[in-house]
Amino acid sequence: MTATARRLRRWEGLPYWLILPTVAYLALFFAWPTVQAFQLAFREDDAWTLAHFRTMVNDAAFGDALRFTLLLVVVIVPLQFVVALGMALLVNAKLRGRGLFLYVFLLPLAISDLAAGIVWSAIFTEFGYLNTILEGLGIIDRPYLWLDPQNQGLLLMTVVAAEIWRSTALVAIILIAGLQGIPRDYSEAAEVFGAGFFQRVRHVIIPMLKPSIQVALVLRVILAFEVFATVIAITGAGETVLAEEAWRWKTSYFDDSVAAAYAVLILVLSLVSAGLILRLLRTPREQMAR
Amino acid sequence: MSRGRHRVLPRALLYVAAVLLALWVLAPIYFITIGAFSTSEAVYGYPKQLIPRDVSTETLSFFLHSAGVVDSLKTSVYVAGITIVLALGIGTPAGYALARFAFRAGDAFRLTVVATRAFPIVILSIPLAVMFIRWGLDDTVLGVAIVHTALALPFVVLVTSSVFAGISLELEEAAMTLGCNRAQAVRRIVLPLALPGLAAAAIFTFVVSWNEVFAASILTLQNRTLPAQVLAALDQSSLPYRFAGGFVLLAPSLLVILVIRKYLFNMWGRVVT
Repeated sequence: MTATARRLRRWEGLPYWLILPTVAYLALFFAWPTVQAFQLAFREDDAWTLAHFRTMVNDAAFGDALRFTLLLVVVIVPLQFVVALGMALLVNAKLRGRGLFLYVFLLPLAISDLAAGIVWSAIFTEFGYLNTILEGLGIIDRPYLWLDPQNQGLLLMTVVAAEIWRSTALVAIILIAGLQGIPRDYSEAAEVFGAGFFQRVRHVIIPMLKPSIQVALVLRVILAFEVFATVIAITGAGETVLAEEAWRWKTSYFDDSVAAAYAVLILVLSLVSAGLILRLLRTPREQMAR
Repeated sequence: MSRGRHRVLPRALLYVAAVLLALWVLAPIYFITIGAFSTSEAVYGYPKQLIPRDVSTETLSFFLHSAGVVDSLKTSVYVAGITIVLALGIGTPAGYALARFAFRAGDAFRLTVVATRAFPIVILSIPLAVMFIRWGLDDTVLGVAIVHTALALPFVVLVTSSVFAGISLELEEAAMTLGCNRAQAVRRIVLPLALPGLAAAAIFTFVVSWNEVFAASILTLQNRTLPAQVLAALDQSSLPYRFAGGFVLLAPSLLVILVIRKYLFNMWGRVVT
């Protein structure tokens, strides 16, 4: 054993001292507030209560917020996985200028939900860019009202467009990293045996990408339950989501407990869906052995 | 053989698909940019100019002169600055520990850090807003920075850990053989080599803080950050305010991704921990 190695040995406690600040910070500003959120949501005058949840559920906006949030998750996540898989396969296809394509595809990763919402409201607004283009192409002859507060289907579509634009980069980067870990031989072997492009994607690439798909799905579904500023910026008062209601109860109605009840609901929905995804995408043992 | 022709055609299709996807990402950024750099007449006009004819800073300067915008811009920069100092100061040692030591709690710690990346900000901000009132931190720059640090910390730990892992241990050991103690070896050898990576972590932390709107608008009233200010003004805002505001909020991201794209895979890509 060299002198250095011996000296390193003596420092066995060092890594624990090095992670201590992070652990302490996460305990104080992650774990503790979470406990406090449950306290706020479930307690009133030093007794346990469901009163805040009753207030939440009986509020007129609750049903709309829950419905619209779930709709967004169910529509956005599958669509953006198709787009992200396309981006990942294209980056992996060794095209000329792939560095530039990668940069462009990942650009939205640093764009906030509020900025994305404002950008897309400029596109969808009555005298905005989409109507300009459609009229220029002769598809419509006068500005179409995309952001009609009465038309919930259209409002859903506009938020879906903005969220897919903004948040697909996150899925793409996880899938790209996953693809880089798959040896090319597998796909090439399948090609030699006559598998077409879509067959290779379905039977070789997607199964091997499963761990990455799992991670990306969990992250995106959890983030989709938190969708907030995009919805406010695009739909105004037309639609609402769970995070928006939490924000409204905190900042407009000054009721911390009902706001916390919304936060707890968002957390529970996130955990339940993360658990479901991990269970449904579980790799069966017999498949792993092969 | 038909193989050559068979492969050329799909190749061309791949380029078409890549260009279309790139346009899908770039077009909205282009629209908000030309909108922000035009006269207010053009912003209200219809049909919109798809190729800008009268480039002007009128819309941007209208936004910057709107009530509260310059102050909130300053607040945003202060909050981001404090967040960078806190997140790097706290997270960098942990990143170093993960990169250099195989210790018993290491895997559990890494897993915790990975999991906290996906924690809903909503559940943190509401109780913290209540706690901050008790601690006298409500409506302060520091209060917002504390929440943003909690968001950025997991990423800082993951990025710095990959940065340190990329610096050869032999260099550090050589310095120690030549008489440095561990702290000196880290300060004189490892930190200078890690600087670009640490800068990337700082830039990413800046973006996390710059972009965050939910916690910021719950924790502040007078000392709003820029996103909180824009969100609060949104429902009475004019089109020029929106176009310029959207552009100012979005602008840093274009540069940031360019600078840190090398490290993005360490933040999100590492699947097997």
